[in-house]
Amino acid sequence: MTASLGKDLVGLEHLTPEQIRLILDTAEPFKEVSERPIKKVPALRGKTIVNLFFEASTRTRISFEFAEKRLSADTVNVAASGSSVSKGETLVDTAKNLEAMRIDMVVMRHPSSGAAGFLGQRIRSNVINAGDGKHEHPTQALLDLLTIRDKHGKIEGLKVCLVGDVLHSRVARSNLWGLTKLGAQVGVCGPHTLMPRGIEELGVKFFPRIEEAIEWADVLNVLRLQLERMEMGFIPSLREYYRVWGVTPERLERSPRPITIMHPGPMNRGVEIDSRVADGPHSVILDQVTNGVAVRMAVLYLLAGGRPELADAAKRGAGGGTE
Amino acid sequence: MPPKSDRTILLDARAMSRALQRMAVAVAELAHGTADLVLIGIQRRGVELAERIAKLIEKDEGVTVPRGALDITLYRDDLETVGPKPVIGETRLPVDLTDKHAVIVDDVLYTGRTVRAELDELADFGRPKRISLCVLVDRGGRELPIQADVVGQVVKTGPGDRVEVQVEELDGRDQVDLVR
Amino acid sequence: MTPPLLLQGGRVIDPSRGFDQAADLLVVDGKIAAVGAGIAAPAGTEVRSVVGTIVAPGLVDVHVHLREPGNEDEETVASGARAAVAGGFTAVCAMPNTDPVTDNQAAVGFIVRQSVRAGLARVYPIGAVSVGQGGEKLAEFGEMVGAGAVAVSDDGRPVASSHMMRTALEYARTFGIPVADHCEDPTLAAGGVMHEGLVASRLGLKGIPAAAEEIMVGRNCLLAGLTGGHVHLCHMSTRGSVELIRRAKAQGIRVTAEVTPHHLTLTDHACEGYDTHAKMNPPLREAADVAALRAALKEGVIDCIASDHAPHAYDEKEAAFDDAPFGIIGLETAFAVAHTELVRGGVLTINDLIARMSTEPAKIFHLPGGTLAVGAPADVVVLDLSAQWNVEPAAFHSKSRNTPFAGRALTGRALLTLVAGKTVHDWGASAAP
Repeated sequence: MTASLGKDLVGLEHLTPEQIRLILDTAEPFKEVSERPIKKVPALRGKTIVNLFFEASTRTRISFEFAEKRLSADTVNVAASGSSVSKGETLVDTAKNLEAMRIDMVVMRHPSSGAAGFLGQRIRSNVINAGDGKHEHPTQALLDLLTIRDKHGKIEGLKVCLVGDVLHSRVARSNLWGLTKLGAQVGVCGPHTLMPRGIEELGVKFFPRIEEAIEWADVLNVLRLQLERMEMGFIPSLREYYRVWGVTPERLERSPRPITIMHPGPMNRGVEIDSRVADGPHSVILDQVTNGVAVRMAVLYLLAGGRPELADAAKRGAGGGTE
Repeated sequence: MPPKSDRTILLDARAMSRALQRMAVAVAELAHGTADLVLIGIQRRGVELAERIAKLIEKDEGVTVPRGALDITLYRDDLETVGPKPVIGETRLPVDLTDKHAVIVDDVLYTGRTVRAELDELADFGRPKRISLCVLVDRGGRELPIQADVVGQVVKTGPGDRVEVQVEELDGRDQVDLVR
Repeated sequence: MTPPLLLQGGRVIDPSRGFDQAADLLVVDGKIAAVGAGIAAPAGTEVRSVVGTIVAPGLVDVHVHLREPGNEDEETVASGARAAVAGGFTAVCAMPNTDPVTDNQAAVGFIVRQSVRAGLARVYPIGAVSVGQGGEKLAEFGEMVGAGAVAVSDDGRPVASSHMMRTALEYARTFGIPVADHCEDPTLAAGGVMHEGLVASRLGLKGIPAAAEEIMVGRNCLLAGLTGGHVHLCHMSTRGSVELIRRAKAQGIRVTAEVTPHHLTLTDHACEGYDTHAKMNPPLREAADVAALRAALKEGVIDCIASDHAPHAYDEKEAAFDDAPFGIIGLETAFAVAHTELVRGGVLTINDLIARMSTEPAKIFHLPGGTLAVGAPADVVVLDLSAQWNVEPAAFHSKSRNTPFAGRALTGRALLTLVAGKTVHDWGASAAP
């Protein structure tokens, strides 16, 4: 039997390294499932899962949907627009309505930090955080960790640098927790205006220039720069951002070792990352996507409610064993 | 204090070796040769047994026998009733199973539920010409209408009994015990 | 006619006269008639033994939000006044960010009438600085003062325009009232929900930097110096603000300041777990800020404690941190929290605390009260400093329950509160604790 993850997956900050490794190890066999001609296993047959997305997201939602369907679960997608949320229904009421419909699991993306934990405390269904405000995006960090592990054979001792808008990035926060717990060294690189206060107190190295980050890192995880950051005045223009912090082949050539390139997607080609780098030999961006489905299957599988008391009853009655 | 248990050796290393040799011959006969034979070991220990049988057949027949591994955790009918989830082992199939004679190799046949899961899972990989079942120990106690085509040893057991199979590759020795 | 009342055997502390002795206190016709040892009471006097307690001038809270008109489900003048006397307050000043805003004489008069009707704590209205608190057009200070306003403020928001703040300070001089400002630079603070620091970074919440408050504190001190007006700085929260106030006072500038009990006792760590009962504006800050505020209160650089009592309906606070409204209630816990953490914590003496919660606030806002001098209105509180109790929000007299101190064990409470000699809160008599 494996160790338990609890009822919800809200973030990586409070998971133990063992729990994180459990998820990564469980993801491996699920990768194989996605290679089969019939990409379906009955493990979550009959479970109802709601994908509750208060923020637009195509790729994360689709990834979860594939994961759910490949586990034979029944899925329902709820998007914020057109649902009762846009009419002003509170998060609490949405939660209660879902529970009243006897949903087994909820995968939620919400613009407010803390929303996933908030929901998890109020409903019995399992809650999986698909991104809450700027707080965490645990499945993204988990698939990032799996991708790094696949490529480098380990995570401990590796130097991983997150590049870009760390201040507003839940992917960065989750990665920070996951990488630190598994023994990697974490760096961040970007304009000061996009760095969170106190980040160095969390044991993270700060590089003001991308050239310094490239000299240090084994892996670069390049974060998406959003247009709003320019509109809100954090940086003067996307052009300048690319000129100063863009990950380009010319800059990478200067590095003393080959650097694995990652990106959570969707990419702004020519803003945070050059196309030649994204499509280059050291890019594992597409592996991240493949691993995403496997990691999400692993998380759903591990969280899906068993009822241990039935197991005890079964053991007492039938004399146990499925041989 | 755990309750006192009574442990008997059903097969020692020599006996297990003899059984496996008999089983290898029986499998080759059942498949009318090796032309479309594929051995599929069930995780865990069935994989090691399949490997041994494959090698025995290869020695006799002089041709390579493809073998694979199947983990049936995700097809179990009791996932709902377990608490923490069981560890999932590796599944790898060497070839497309269409038009092949797939012989499932497992260590113990008991209620038959594992075999049902095996059949469900194989069905998701394609449509073999024929599927047969080969087990080291048949301990009776079926809960489903399932039988093995090749059996190493038949043993009579009661509901509280356990049949424990150890293989050299995983456990350091070859032995089958009956624990009451 | 209420019969005379003799409070016998207590320790009378009156910071307005430096009085601290075992003494009796006699109330006749709603006024303090005598204070001293062994007072002989006239016939028909109700005699009440208050041995083992402190007898002090009723507490005065210069910063509360009473939500009437507009949000009477959260609080009314009457329920707020009841909560006030339960907390030992005989007078409170009500901020004008009601709905509609209290920015004219009719609205001010309404608050006064509601206060009289309730007949509990005295509720003094604070009028808005600008019409609708919109920050553009000066409200009619004269008319509002005539109707009973004791100060002006746009609290809830800052007076963002320095020109408007200057004008307000100058104009208010005619009427001798303070201009109370909620010090917050709007563009720096915009979108922030807690203190900008490591905790906010970990929680993924947008922060309000200390500088957002300090910029306006600095500005307000300069403008008070420029105009000769009296600026009162609401709910101070940073050590930087303390330094600026100290300098300004040293230069003789007419600046006064208040601090809340929660800013004296809690830090931004209270926000962990996204507890919305730790969400208020200005936010809870760092341990170094708490230490500086405590020292400033002791020194007198910060003049008084004010609760910033901000009721909210329970379901409004039951939301994701970003979406919940700012604010917590405080009238019924203010004295006990301050006593438990500051007096029993060794930062202030009980005399200091009573001065900072009664005499000083009354003085700053030119209110009657904060004194037990003979002839003064009999606004008195009897405090039991050894009473131990647990905070149970369900038992509050306030209509709202949003407090971060739920379940806390506190020491000290108001046993008896008199306003104009009338008993408006008697803990022994009421069923609720």
